[in-house]
Amino acid sequence: MAQRCALDIQNGSYVNLGIGIPERVAAYVPQGREVIYHTENGMLGMGPPPEPGTGDPELINAGKQQVTANPGAAYFHHADSFAMIRGGHLDVCVLGALQVSERGDLANWSTGAPDAIPAVGGAMDLVAGVKTVYVITQHTTRDGEPKLVESCTFPLTGLGVVDRIYTDLAVIDVVEAGFQVVELSPGVSFESVQERTGAKLIPGGTDGS
Amino acid sequence: MINKEVSSVAEAVADILDGATVMIGGFGEAGSPIELIHALIDQGATNLTVVNNNTGTGEVGLAALIKAGRVSTMVCSYPRSANSKVFPELYRSGHTALELVPQGTLAERIRAGGAGIPAFYTPTAVGTPLGEGVERRTFDDRDYLLVRGLTADVALIKGRAADRHGNVVYNKTARNFSPLMAMAAKTTIVQAASVVPIGELDPEVVVTPGIFVHRVVAVPNPGHEAELVAAGVSYP
Repeated sequence: MAQRCALDIQNGSYVNLGIGIPERVAAYVPQGREVIYHTENGMLGMGPPPEPGTGDPELINAGKQQVTANPGAAYFHHADSFAMIRGGHLDVCVLGALQVSERGDLANWSTGAPDAIPAVGGAMDLVAGVKTVYVITQHTTRDGEPKLVESCTFPLTGLGVVDRIYTDLAVIDVVEAGFQVVELSPGVSFESVQERTGAKLIPGGTDGS
Repeated sequence: MINKEVSSVAEAVADILDGATVMIGGFGEAGSPIELIHALIDQGATNLTVVNNNTGTGEVGLAALIKAGRVSTMVCSYPRSANSKVFPELYRSGHTALELVPQGTLAERIRAGGAGIPAFYTPTAVGTPLGEGVERRTFDDRDYLLVRGLTADVALIKGRAADRHGNVVYNKTARNFSPLMAMAAKTTIVQAASVVPIGELDPEVVVTPGIFVHRVVAVPNPGHEAELVAAGVSYP
């Protein structure tokens, strides 16, 4: 999923990758494309993790892991960092999801469980401001419940914000009419994806899906 | 002569009152002014409202302040992390309340507070539980929420270097909320790894101009939260 998503990261783009699988997108961006990574805690030009023993505990990413600064990097405070986000200056962000609705609503910060400690971080700001919002997620939950649904039941992160979804089964765009299949994973049929989706899929893939 | 330098962290935090709102710089451990927080624990002020992105880890720094029972309300965006054990317990017991604010809204509220702007409109959190019951307005066909600027009695900040005028530079991603908090507090207290002679900081690279800073204290070898937590340190 991260590998497929990386193909859509264009040369010259400013990109924010969410914690977890989205972070892995960076490793697969095709050679020859120069991409500048933003981490919302305050850096453009984020590089890979440091060699063991060479890191600085004050040079970290949004997941609080040590990273490096690429040549040409810049540090800035949080108001500037979120001006980049909310002000529409970032081209792409890639996030995980609990649910996505056919209108592009995203739920990814809380299951609404009464005993959970609510925590949102920068997710609501990212989806409100970044030009293109990609989601990487398994197509269904561990229990086989669809994560792509007509209407989210978990608390929302943003309304009508998701542009494209990369799952283990397909690449799906959120268009005016709903979920449109762009591409199926090898050996996967449109019907089997439809069975595992909680909303109607629109065929439309260039690969015959 | 203007000299904002004080001789100890104890002196720097001596007049913080019970019930104060205290902004504490840092994102995770990057920029966390651990020595100032420990001095505040020793000083004893309680019933504090603390503004920080997180709630600390282990039992040092911010987590130790919470564990000591001094914090009645946390204002933050992400009170969960792998080693954050103290806050969940006091939150569930009802001792410490939580005001959850999206990270960018939190940053801008602090910036606005420091810039004399009482409220502003933001698109963040429209249509979400955090936007429920919040005043809304539509501009150019898009909905926005009205949120308030945020100010504080005190800000505790960690810098890499400062001078006696209160000019501050930071270390890498340790900058995060600190320049905003410095603007938003009535009394801004900076611990700096080095306090340098006037004129040594290049005016082109000063991040927080001294007008926003009231006290500077040298803390030459600040502790690192993850190292202290890994070593099992518990403060006090």
